[in-house]
Amino acid sequence: MAVDAENQADLEMDLSTESTDVDAMIEVRDLTHYYGPMPAVENVNFTVRRGEILGFLGPNGAGKTTTMRILTGFMPPTRGTVTLDGYDVVEKSLEVRKRVGYLPESVPLHTEMTVTSYLKYMGTLRGMNGRSIRRRIDDVIDVCRLEDYSKTLIGKLSKGFRQRVGIAQAILHEPEVLVLDEPTIGIDPIQVVETRSLIQDLGREQTVVLSSHILPEVSMICERVLIIHEGHIVAADTPNNLAQHLRGVAQLEVEIGGPPADVLPVLRNIDGATEVTHHPRPGVNAYRVKFREGLDLRDDISRTVVSNGWSLLSMQMSSMSLEEIFLRVTTAEDDVE
Amino acid sequence: MRTIRAVAFKEIQIYFSSPVAYIVALIFMALSGFFFVRDLGNPFPEASLSNFFQGATFLLIPLAPALTMRLLAEEQKLGTIELLLTSPVRDWEVILGKYLASFVFLLFLLSLTSYYVILLLLFATPDPGPIYSGYLGLILYGAAALSVGILTSTLTSNQIIAAVVGTGILVVLYATSFIGDVVTGVWATIFNQLGFTSHFNDFDRGIIDSTHIVYFVTVIALFLFLSIRALESRRWR
Repeated sequence: MAVDAENQADLEMDLSTESTDVDAMIEVRDLTHYYGPMPAVENVNFTVRRGEILGFLGPNGAGKTTTMRILTGFMPPTRGTVTLDGYDVVEKSLEVRKRVGYLPESVPLHTEMTVTSYLKYMGTLRGMNGRSIRRRIDDVIDVCRLEDYSKTLIGKLSKGFRQRVGIAQAILHEPEVLVLDEPTIGIDPIQVVETRSLIQDLGREQTVVLSSHILPEVSMICERVLIIHEGHIVAADTPNNLAQHLRGVAQLEVEIGGPPADVLPVLRNIDGATEVTHHPRPGVNAYRVKFREGLDLRDDISRTVVSNGWSLLSMQMSSMSLEEIFLRVTTAEDDVE
Repeated sequence: MRTIRAVAFKEIQIYFSSPVAYIVALIFMALSGFFFVRDLGNPFPEASLSNFFQGATFLLIPLAPALTMRLLAEEQKLGTIELLLTSPVRDWEVILGKYLASFVFLLFLLSLTSYYVILLLLFATPDPGPIYSGYLGLILYGAAALSVGILTSTLTSNQIIAAVVGTGILVVLYATSFIGDVVTGVWATIFNQLGFTSHFNDFDRGIIDSTHIVYFVTVIALFLFLSIRALESRRWR
């Protein structure tokens, strides 16, 4: 886990440089939220630019929903600040909520209302006047292709259509920011394709933050991806860069009993090692050896260490954390589709 | 204002399209009708609604929480509260809108009983004063009972728990006056002043005393205030 923590530190440095971005729509600083004693998200930092489509990627329980609930003003963070269009989500909650359209993961709707009356209700709650409500209801029913169901009780709609109603209410008041929590979960593949293209269309004019645990989906729709794992952001980049980064490198954590000054050059000399760093811990000298993927340096390292008369205390493939997450994420996709 | 109206209007629509409200209305009408006719068979029947008023205060103890139990508990159960609280709506607007809806249904329910008055007018010459004051008292009493129900519905996502706890609180508020009758001294005053019943009885006798009006309005304000705080605290949980 030490590796993760350091990756995290690197990332935070990268991300904090973004805060000078004048075009920032959402700025999240040191966001921490506890449910009881357990942190759901911890020291999360990121910025979303105006008009960007940002994807949260991560397994269930990673902290995606918590982050989104804080962005939308549903609940305040335990620590840290979030601003949206310059408004603090706690101090200026009402201003934030005016600017956000939100689709929660479970798509909660009033099942005893018809599609039109529900949209009218949501429009009024969002402070729209009668005329603009009528005009926008026609628009969103058209965009979300609900024409044939406008007079149907929401309770009688299938999951896919409810999802469309959920998106319709989120975009009804033309919010500047759309927050969509797992917008394609639990609907059939054709609808998934439709929903994705709908989100891409919306993303041309609005800032969109969406979450997913499906890697290909996020890389298809989003301009930038944050990978969240156990409440931390473990990577943030464009989908392409992330994929390259993941393909590139593997690394080993090795603990060696021997004078570091001697050990380091020897390790660096090993064929295939691209980068060797020293990480002293109390009583132990640990080294991280990066190398190209596909190689296996364990054999070489153990021979070299032993032949130099040092002791090999432990050796572990450790750089896989990102890949492991991706693996989990991608295997989860099979369950869904 | 528009958001309060939107919340209230939606809930009123649901009242008139849901079975629970009609079942409550049915039970209320059937049993209050029984209270109304109970004394008419006496050798010396009295042309008043007193029996109905007294019976109605009793009936509202379980029925008022039954009307309000859905209002916030269901939103929490279904998760629709997430969309409600992420809309630019203040917490007090939510509570007030929901409360107004239940109050409108209460007025509808009481308006159904107006035919008792018509019957009395057809067959006797009742004193109109206690009828006006009795209805005023019943509206205040019912409104207070609904505010208790709103609070319990805010505190849980389980409608049954909301109704049962609401009924429990109302039973206590109903019965404290009886405790006041058996104890003496300052305790008698305290218990009498705390409970609903002693404040309602003057209305039934045809007396409109501003202290009783102030009492019920204070109770309503207190429970609505607690509901708003409870809804706010939801965000911090």
